[in-house]
Amino acid sequence: MAENNKKSRRKFLNNGLKLGIVAAIGGIGLSKIASKLSAQTEEAHSGEKMELMTADGTLIEVDSSEVMEVHNVKNNEDNYDVREGIPNRKFVMVIDLAKCKNARKCVEGCQKGHNLDYHQEFMQIKLIQDNPLAEPYWFPKNCMHCDEPPCVKVCPTGATFKREDNIVLVDNERCIGCKFCVTSCPYSARIFNWEHKAKFDDKSQPYSPETNVPGATGTVTKCDFCPDLLRQGLLPHCAQSCPEGVIYFGDRNEDIVTNGAETVRFSELINKRGGYRHLEHLGTKPNVYYLPAVDKLYELEDGFEVNEEVKERYKNVPYVKELKKQGKI
Amino acid sequence: MDIQSRKRELFKEFAPRLETTSLATKIYIGFLVAIILVGIYAFYLQMAKGQIVTGMRDNVVWGIYEVNFILLVCISYSGAFISGILHFFHTPWKTAIARIVEIITVLSLLIGPIYILLCMGRLDRLHYLFMYPRIQSPITWDIIAIITDIVACFIYLYLTFIPDFAILRDHCEERKIPKWVKKLYKTLAIGYQDTKTQRDRLHKITRIMSTIVIVLAIVAYTVLAWIFSLTLQPGWNSTIFAPYFIVGGLFSGVAFIIVTMFLVRKFYKLEKYIRKMHFKVGGIILLILAMLYGYFTFTEYFSRWFSHKEIDTNLLDALFTRYFWVFIFANYVGILVPIGILFFKKFRTINWVTIASVIALVGIWLNRYLIVIPTLETPYVPIQDTRIDYIFYSASWVEIALSFAGVAAFLLMFTLIGKVVPLVPMNYILDSHFTTKKVKQKVNKEISE
Repeated sequence: MAENNKKSRRKFLNNGLKLGIVAAIGGIGLSKIASKLSAQTEEAHSGEKMELMTADGTLIEVDSSEVMEVHNVKNNEDNYDVREGIPNRKFVMVIDLAKCKNARKCVEGCQKGHNLDYHQEFMQIKLIQDNPLAEPYWFPKNCMHCDEPPCVKVCPTGATFKREDNIVLVDNERCIGCKFCVTSCPYSARIFNWEHKAKFDDKSQPYSPETNVPGATGTVTKCDFCPDLLRQGLLPHCAQSCPEGVIYFGDRNEDIVTNGAETVRFSELINKRGGYRHLEHLGTKPNVYYLPAVDKLYELEDGFEVNEEVKERYKNVPYVKELKKQGKI
Repeated sequence: MDIQSRKRELFKEFAPRLETTSLATKIYIGFLVAIILVGIYAFYLQMAKGQIVTGMRDNVVWGIYEVNFILLVCISYSGAFISGILHFFHTPWKTAIARIVEIITVLSLLIGPIYILLCMGRLDRLHYLFMYPRIQSPITWDIIAIITDIVACFIYLYLTFIPDFAILRDHCEERKIPKWVKKLYKTLAIGYQDTKTQRDRLHKITRIMSTIVIVLAIVAYTVLAWIFSLTLQPGWNSTIFAPYFIVGGLFSGVAFIIVTMFLVRKFYKLEKYIRKMHFKVGGIILLILAMLYGYFTFTEYFSRWFSHKEIDTNLLDALFTRYFWVFIFANYVGILVPIGILFFKKFRTINWVTIASVIALVGIWLNRYLIVIPTLETPYVPIQDTRIDYIFYSASWVEIALSFAGVAAFLLMFTLIGKVVPLVPMNYILDSHFTTKKVKQKVNKEISE
């Protein structure tokens, strides 16, 4: 009996390893390998070896004919459930505050991708300060896609929901616009469509909670982690458009995050660089991590010189005024 | 028979108001209708253009609609609570004011929830609340509580009305009251003949309903407070919010009843029934509630100030700078002045008690304003926006017009109800005759034994 158990355990582990390999194939940033693979599956015993990375980071060499193509989410859209999410994924984001210079490209990229107006920001960049002696820093903030989302708890109709892949979405066809979620979010992540706009009538793109396009009057909307792009193996709009590689995105199951230029181990990044989550003490368990703004690559002042609007934006912020008074800016 | 002639007398006394409408009343009704029409236009604008016509924006997503909602619903709950208490304990002086309290309860419970609907972005999807209900959401709890309360209050109000409808039905024939009203009396009296069994049964049911209404009021208050206190927001996330809302609600409710009593007494010439004694007792209750409410308010703000978490400090900074005078009026003047007036025996006159009540009402509206709006203006993540209306909330004319329309609708419905039924319940007057007689007999019996 015990041996039997042991055997099934070994079998399970074995399967787990295979699953890990397969997961690595489907990994974000590795889509090129995947496409190469799918081209090769038709040929039998090509004899060509290929290098793969296992879940624990070691490189192994296998014959490409031994690697099977697995029907993952990309090829499995028929029974894909928007409310369930992408299977076997736990998406996380890491924002490296040391590299942010308030270029605002993430904001613009997001607005373009989600067809938002100038002032509607899923991704916002705040100027914040940890304590009176510390230098202020630029703080890009989107939806934290919490594991204990206060917004989901209070929604009376289930219009906003938490998926298996960590993503919190809003279904604007279900939303009744009570705004309880807006008041219960401690991160001010949610915005409301206060009036009707012509772009809401553009039905050329079918509505999906995954894109938030087209919007709807009188409903709540927010950052969605761009699941439509994730399913194509692409990074979210913000991470794609950041020129400094501030925003890393990835999967906690794979323990990998990437900003498009470099791919790193999520756990290592968090451990070595002192990663933290904003307002941890509230117990919302966010899935957006921050790397502290130490050894910053850019001067704080650079962030003010983006354009007139940015100058205007921070003109009346009390401690920006105070900083100016102290001669720090 | 003694009781029959007394009924006739009472009917004679209250009938003229049911028969004719004076010119002043007509003008007054016209004025109220005008205000309501402006409100309807504002509502149309909001429906057509969206909530952009209100002062609400992305940070302050709930404005004075929410404040009105809390105030009216709290007044209603306390109306139910007080009327339940009056009934349950057979309060001797309930006679004159019980009906006023019951009408206030039902009317504010009808108008209050309209404000929460005005807060909703998609009224056309209201039915989703029932199609896709999520029992985890405090809003769902609130909807269940409010609907249950509305039903219970209506049943309760109707029960107290039945004997009066019977009297009206029996005596309206000889009067020139419109035919449809006569028919209405007949239908609503549901064959009540005031026999002993019927009377006992009705008393029993009313008594049971009065306890139910008290319990429901407490539940509804609590759930309303939870809408705020279950969030993580500074100034909302407070363990004492439920009892604080109960005490504050009773305070506003009693103040509102006293003001209504004053107006009804004056305009319906009911000096004979609503007496100084009512204002005196009302004043003492208001005094006790004011002290309790002041105590809760102090505890709430004091503990936030003393522990000074950063997020609470931001809120208190806002309250003591931008909202300084509002805060002073809401939480000092609105509480201490009524206490100051009502504390002294010689000030417990009809006029002074009413003045104290008006101050209390304005104070508590502002107190609710300070609970809802400054909190939303000082979120965890600082607001850094160029648009001033996204930083600070100020109510737009649409919101103000709809607020006044609510008051006007209340007054209008109150006036119309006063046209159809007497505002002093005739059956209670009769009851009090009986009970005093019975008590006398009982005492005599006991003495003679």
